[in-house]
Amino acid sequence: MKNTRTRLWAGTAVAATAALVLSACGAKADESGTAAAGESCIDTSGDSVKVGFLNSLSGTMAISEQTVADSLALAAKEINADGGIDGKQLEVVQEDGASDPDTFAQKATQLIQQDCVAAVFGGWTSASRKAMLPVFESNGSILFYPVQYEGLESSPNIFYTGATTNQQIIPALDYLAEQGTTSLYLVGSDYVFPRTANKIIRQYAEAHDIEILGEDYLPLGETNGVSTIVNKVKKAGADAVFNTFNGDQNVAFFKEYKNVGLSAEQMPVVSVSIAEEEVPGVGVANLVGQLTAWNYYQTVDTPENAAFVKAFKAEYGQDRVTSDPMEAAYNSLYLYKEMVEKAGSFEPADVIDASEGVTFAAPEGEITVHENHHVSKTFLMGKVNKDGLIDVIDSSDGPIEPDPFLETYDWWQG
Amino acid sequence: MEALLLQLFAGVSIGSVLLLAALGLSLTFGQMGVINMSHGEMMMAGAYTAFVVQQVIGDAGVSLLVSLPVGFVVGGLVGLLVEVLVIRHMYHRPLDTLLVTFGISLILQQVARDIFGAPAKQVAAPTWLDGAVDVLGLDLPLARLFILLLAVVCAGGLAAVMMLTPLGRRLRATVQNRDLAESLGIDTRRTDAMAFFIGSGLAAVAGVALTLIGSTGPTLGTTYLVDAFLVVVVGGIGQIRGAVIAAFVLGLMQSVFEYSTSASIGRVLLLLAVVAFLQLRPQGLFSVRSRSLA
Repeated sequence: MKNTRTRLWAGTAVAATAALVLSACGAKADESGTAAAGESCIDTSGDSVKVGFLNSLSGTMAISEQTVADSLALAAKEINADGGIDGKQLEVVQEDGASDPDTFAQKATQLIQQDCVAAVFGGWTSASRKAMLPVFESNGSILFYPVQYEGLESSPNIFYTGATTNQQIIPALDYLAEQGTTSLYLVGSDYVFPRTANKIIRQYAEAHDIEILGEDYLPLGETNGVSTIVNKVKKAGADAVFNTFNGDQNVAFFKEYKNVGLSAEQMPVVSVSIAEEEVPGVGVANLVGQLTAWNYYQTVDTPENAAFVKAFKAEYGQDRVTSDPMEAAYNSLYLYKEMVEKAGSFEPADVIDASEGVTFAAPEGEITVHENHHVSKTFLMGKVNKDGLIDVIDSSDGPIEPDPFLETYDWWQG
Repeated sequence: MEALLLQLFAGVSIGSVLLLAALGLSLTFGQMGVINMSHGEMMMAGAYTAFVVQQVIGDAGVSLLVSLPVGFVVGGLVGLLVEVLVIRHMYHRPLDTLLVTFGISLILQQVARDIFGAPAKQVAAPTWLDGAVDVLGLDLPLARLFILLLAVVCAGGLAAVMMLTPLGRRLRATVQNRDLAESLGIDTRRTDAMAFFIGSGLAAVAGVALTLIGSTGPTLGTTYLVDAFLVVVVGGIGQIRGAVIAAFVLGLMQSVFEYSTSASIGRVLLLLAVVAFLQLRPQGLFSVRSRSLA
């Protein structure tokens, strides 16, 4: 009898374990958006128009997406104070994606069909974007997505205001190659962005005589494995490490990296997901001197950025920082304003037709919307300084044209 | 060779983290059969206690040493509160407790998010735990050695309490035969509450220690919950020595598997090994010998 009970406990615990593991990777695609495309229900008869902001305000992604929601709200406030879009005040409907791709798809449907918003701004993880994509395509609505991502996508209904790979990863590799890097170690979290990034890095490396000494992934949420990975990195002794970890794994990785005596001087780590917002969480002491690859930093020296940083701090507090995804989100609302005013209409189809060639003097410098719905952006190599901000140490010659499918790179085999 | 030895140390270090995370659980899960899904949030409570204490005290070294006992009390009180308000009313309903404590876990995470904000907080490590110490030519990170030491002290302390104190005797009597213990005048309800206090307190101590190697955020605990359950189930429910052996064996296996394959495959192999082991020994490494018919 005793044995049966023990078996029951053990069984229940294993079931609980399985449920946890399953819920952790429940990122399945959703078949939302069944309503036929056609006339939208956008109401422009009054003196205001509705737009939707869709960010994770709860769950694991809230840490990052709350900052995007904040900068979107700032842009809306500024635009409204300046007379609105085409004379109409923006009426913001803020929804919570709850860090869950299915919720993103469901809330997007709700924003389009029930709230009748003219456009939606938000999303962060690729899983959330992939879940929302069919919703926007089937409803004929538009989404502005503000985060750097793995490329290889171009939906007519999505505008990508963050970097694609040829504006972030490839120029970062160019920088490393110029510095005489001949070997790399790749580490990352196990999901679509790091896997795709590392595929690109491998093909780049082959064409540029850089040796890849190792490639290791940690399952999302797992941090015990960092000691093993750091051991492997230390043993391999590459010239540099290319890091695509995200969230908590960055914290564990950099703490371990410092604890085993590795440093930025002897083996720099290039990160593509550590921005100003993440630096305090990892600890400035653990990051000083490490490299980052983005298109915007708080320290960027333009009058537009000075105004943006000042307005943001005035709105949310002097201790707040601005980061690349926040700036890309801020830009997206202004780009939308330009598109609508160029089209003379809030109808998504008209806005999409008018989008090509729209420019905005952004905090990062001038950006232009391209035919492929991405924007041209200047690449900035950064180095974390002792104040926790990131200094620009190198940049591309002017904005880089977006090339999400890497068609202009002959070493890319797909 | 050096890499291999470092890897073995990594395994021992993972084992010590697992042990710290599982010690408290082995008490609550083993003692009362409560599947406490909010155990991870007691760890989180400990980590945030370390953060708050550091904000108050300032000096990283002193605050770490102060955080350990303060974290124990804070975590213990949170655990006690959960026990008194909810779990007490659900003994003998394991599946209900599972769901309810999962809900409590989500609530506590959101509370932490509302109080401290969603971004992870930084708890500075004391300078005397910076870097590595040279042991026979190997650079062993001091922070990990400290966690190893702490795990050993906690396991030893818990064992001493269980074997040598009246409270320990009451706990063991209750776990071996609740009805008989009651008939001998032991207040098993109070004993349960004490077990929950100590178990949750130990989880919080683990949380304080984890600030040295990980991040302090609302989801800190969920990372370790599954591993903690694995250790307890493999070690044998309610068995401290089982938990100790299981933690280090699982830690070493994880590090060896991960080193020779990849983190994802290593994880799969580890879980397969645990499943196979439980087929052979469903009661775990050790089990309580008891004449109870229940």
